Amino acid sequence: MEWLLQYLLAGLSAGSTYALVALGLVLVYQSSRVLNFAHGDVAAFATFIAYTALSARLPFGVAFGLAVMFSAALATTFYLGILIPAQRRDATHLGQVIMTLGLGLILQGGAAFFWGTEPQPFRSPLSDTRIVKIGPVAMTELGLGTLGTALCCSLLLYGFVQRTRVGRAMRATSENLIAAQTLGIPTRQLVALSWAVGAALGAVAGAFLAPALFLDPYFMIDPFLKGFAAAILGGLNSLPGAIVGGLILGIAESLSGAYIAIQFKNTLAFVIIILVLLVRPEGLLGHEFKERV
Amino acid sequence: MDRVASYKEDLRLVRKWPEKLLAGILFLALCLLPQFGSDYAIYIVTLISTYAIGVLGQNLLIGFSGQVSFGQAGFLGIGAFTLAHLTRAGVVFPLALLAAGAMAALFGLLVGFPALRLKGPYLAVATLGFGIAVYQVLANWDTLSGGRMGLAIPPLAWNGLSKRLLMYYLNVGLAVLFTLATYNLVSSYVGRAFIAIRDSDIAAEVMGINLTRYKLLAFAVSSFYTGVQGGLLAQLLGHLEPQMFTLAETITLIVGVVVGGLARVEGSLFGAAFVILVPQVFASSRELVPVVYGAAILLVIIFEPHGFAGRWMKFRLYFSHWPFR
Repeated sequence: MEWLLQYLLAGLSAGSTYALVALGLVLVYQSSRVLNFAHGDVAAFATFIAYTALSARLPFGVAFGLAVMFSAALATTFYLGILIPAQRRDATHLGQVIMTLGLGLILQGGAAFFWGTEPQPFRSPLSDTRIVKIGPVAMTELGLGTLGTALCCSLLLYGFVQRTRVGRAMRATSENLIAAQTLGIPTRQLVALSWAVGAALGAVAGAFLAPALFLDPYFMIDPFLKGFAAAILGGLNSLPGAIVGGLILGIAESLSGAYIAIQFKNTLAFVIIILVLLVRPEGLLGHEFKERV
Repeated sequence: MDRVASYKEDLRLVRKWPEKLLAGILFLALCLLPQFGSDYAIYIVTLISTYAIGVLGQNLLIGFSGQVSFGQAGFLGIGAFTLAHLTRAGVVFPLALLAAGAMAALFGLLVGFPALRLKGPYLAVATLGFGIAVYQVLANWDTLSGGRMGLAIPPLAWNGLSKRLLMYYLNVGLAVLFTLATYNLVSSYVGRAFIAIRDSDIAAEVMGINLTRYKLLAFAVSSFYTGVQGGLLAQLLGHLEPQMFTLAETITLIVGVVVGGLARVEGSLFGAAFVILVPQVFASSRELVPVVYGAAILLVIIFEPHGFAGRWMKFRLYFSHWPFR
């Protein structure tokens, strides 16, 4: 029983990082219908910025803030400077998705060029070896911190999207772009904002994953794929779905790793997702936009 | 595009004398290369031919049928390991290659089934899962993948031809064969059905296209191509490891399709040349290869959505009535 609780908690902690990544993806997909394949690479690049700042003996808070701001600025620049011109030139939807893949490749290669491909340790005030006891189960400081941060971020995002005027305008934009424009909502700025917020969430996930995974240009690929899978599992245009999907994926992985086979941890996660998609093609909480001929 | 008066004329690949001349020169160059080219040039052309087959397959799926697949590396691995095990068991090479394609096509059908209900990003994740599953199975099942030592493939021998030349003729010949087959496929009922499904699957269904059959067929044909590419690649490299079949390989194929030109058969050949030549040019600074790939994708989609093939077509159109225009 204690072991089960332990695995569940470990799964929740891993799942919360997937949820963070998934939230960023869903935010971008909701607003612009583009699946952002560069999400993980933007986060990895931002984490490298934080790493450089830390090497320059800046405090962790400043480095973290720099990384978050950098990724937000990068995503906004990409949207306004590259994606919008492509849309003006009638790029297809698939073309836009492939462009994000291109951005991801550029950032991945750029990170490898500037910082090398050797895995580097990433210092963090939270240690991943010191252990905190909560009742019968134990958890690393880092795991607990990740869980807490993910919870805070999701609550803040919920408040922002549901309660503020800007958030409401964002939801209107994602619901019906043309109607929102008619009502005088500056949709382009809002979509750019959601790219920024999405990328910032990715950078947060990167800063909390780097201490445990070591830092190299490819360290976000695996979390990105998991976050993507989590977003799909929950439904790509449902923010609560992203959190639910992330947590379910984390727990499923942890339990299947513990009780079935550790080597096939990743595969089992994807098998679960494919099975869910076969029953519910739009994810658990999703409702896909209707299509007309 | 050229004006065509009949279906028969549409099927003709080379229509005017400059094109005939160009095709002739290309054919002659390919024939003469083994005599006069360096070993390196022969190897590069062999590799480009191998990749051309895979990029053609991926183009049939992404460019013509509009279905996204991020699991091509899985089909590649299935083809490669099928060929490796069959040739090691003593099966003759042509049969083993056919089996490699067929095995990949079988798995393509399997992956195609979710595609019947899934679209866009949802399909991307399902195929991605397949690719990762294949990699993990290969990486963890030692008898299948040869473990850490990898799997060696017995070299091919035929009529006393050197291994390099044999691989050259085999790969180039098959690439030409697959290119011609693809041209025929896309101008047949099947190819037109693929294009109709890409443009609007609901409208295609209303017109009487059997969505189930043609979506599955698209996956099967595309993975057959990729399986054959895997088999040829395995034979060419002579040594297999599971690490060769990761997501990076899938992305290489996608870059080839996009840069060469979505839904352009000749584009796939340009795209294959691009993804092989760029790493050769940047051999001294390998980190920059993804940067070049990414920048090429962005530039192509913004400025030339039909890729190199589109640029090539504009070039031909410009000169079609030269110097009168």
